[in-house]
Amino acid sequence: MTTPLLRVDGVSKRYAAHVGCLDVGFDLWPGEVIAIAGESGSGKTTLLNCVSGRLLPDAGCIEFNTRHEGLQDIYRMSEPRRRLLARTDWGYVHQNPRDGLRIGVSAGANVGERLMAVGARHYGRIRDTTCDWMNKVELDPLRINDLPATFSGGMQQRLQIARNLVTHPRLMFMDEPTASLDVSVQARLLDLLRGLTRELGLAAIVVTHDLAVARLLTHRLMIMKEGRVVESGLTDQVLDDPQHPYTQLLVSSVLQA
Amino acid sequence: MIDNGYNFAYLDEQTKRMIRRAILKAVAIPGYQVPFGSREMPLPYGWGTGGIQVTAAVIGPHDVLKVIDQGSDDTTNAVNIRRFFRATTGVATTERTTEATLIQTRHRIPETPLGEGQILIYQVPIPEPLRWLEPSEAETRKMHALEEYGLMHVRLYEDIARHGKIATTYDYPVRVNGRYLMRPSPIPKFDNPKMDRSPALQLFGAGREKRIYAVPPWTPVKSLDFEDHPFEVQRWDECCAFCGATDSFLDEIVTDDKGGRLFACSDTDYCRERRDNGATGPQAVPSEQVTA
Repeated sequence: MTTPLLRVDGVSKRYAAHVGCLDVGFDLWPGEVIAIAGESGSGKTTLLNCVSGRLLPDAGCIEFNTRHEGLQDIYRMSEPRRRLLARTDWGYVHQNPRDGLRIGVSAGANVGERLMAVGARHYGRIRDTTCDWMNKVELDPLRINDLPATFSGGMQQRLQIARNLVTHPRLMFMDEPTASLDVSVQARLLDLLRGLTRELGLAAIVVTHDLAVARLLTHRLMIMKEGRVVESGLTDQVLDDPQHPYTQLLVSSVLQA
Repeated sequence: MIDNGYNFAYLDEQTKRMIRRAILKAVAIPGYQVPFGSREMPLPYGWGTGGIQVTAAVIGPHDVLKVIDQGSDDTTNAVNIRRFFRATTGVATTERTTEATLIQTRHRIPETPLGEGQILIYQVPIPEPLRWLEPSEAETRKMHALEEYGLMHVRLYEDIARHGKIATTYDYPVRVNGRYLMRPSPIPKFDNPKMDRSPALQLFGAGREKRIYAVPPWTPVKSLDFEDHPFEVQRWDECCAFCGATDSFLDEIVTDDKGGRLFACSDTDYCRERRDNGATGPQAVPSEQVTA
């Protein structure tokens, strides 16, 4: 494999006088899971929004390896193409599942929405695919007609993941996917995510402030502070032997149970 | 008798020209919602101000106007709009579908097939088909521009999931000319097939929402559906109690408080014409008494 799935180069975003992120660059390879960690306000979510096509950066370039035309700058391609990518080849898992779900329609419609958006017009087949995916994320397919509001927080998060995976994306963006869940549910979800990314060869960018999530789920880790990446490397290496003073502070701040 | 205190058809000439420009654009892009500067009319929003403005913009002194509300020529809304145009234009009015050149309608398309040269004008409460699915107007416009209509099928999917079939019975979404998704105003889906390749020009006016859209003559109009749940119209086991019609849209009318009910054509002109030609139903009465 000679081309990365996503190439990010010199991305900066400022909000008036404030810095969102500054001169961030990295390559993401197919099947690789990368974590962006750092304290609140360090620019993690800004960076995620920039690379996921939701926020135009002030400088820098973000290229995605499209299925047919190789590396393409996502902000230079036409908007219809970018939106098509966003609902086929990419997935976006919000921190709060209510932001990522259509709360007024059933679980089945939530999962089936992307299929219908790319032209599926056979109710029975949409149903079958939906049941399949509900099984894969450990949701009971009998609840296919229930509204997401009747689901627990962890189930909503899994539903959101199923809804994104149904078009077989190659790249997932996750913004604190486990932050709002209690620890036992977190552990199950992490286990599920780890299984899915390995099984499907998914690449993912996970924003988290929880170093345990990074340790369990990701291959590589980037530590951000005040908009800059201060340290990056293999997750285990960064966590076991932090070099930058801020990373050392971060690692030593984790409570040991 | 023309009320000379007003300009012909109530609106001033500049306003009519503005509305005609919007109509021309709407006809050029079938199903596309054209914004226009909707005016205050002498009746409240929601009573047909959009339809009235479109009618006022296209009506001429030689037109023959028919106004129906729920298929009926003699309901309050229809009677008053007809009287309004008679007073401000002096044009001839009729209740016969075949004689009319302009038909303003709320909630129905006449049963009698329309012909070339006729114009059907709909009063539209909410023109945006994606409105209850996507709250942002900026986003719905983008979805129209990019033909992202998967969301509409989410609604139909939800219908089947809950009711076992597509339970939407009126304002049933259509695709016009294979391009724009359109809300056909709250007509029953029974009338949707009549819009497809109709020889008449169909104009839609939404006064409060300030939008005009159109389906030119002979334009394909397809109702959305699923391959395994195809589009179907309503059916009745009964026939019209007065004229015996089995092919028209029937209203269910409660006749007493002991569970008595009868079914009758919602299109009063169609029903009367059938009875004039000798058709009778199970409860047939002479035609003068029914229309009174």
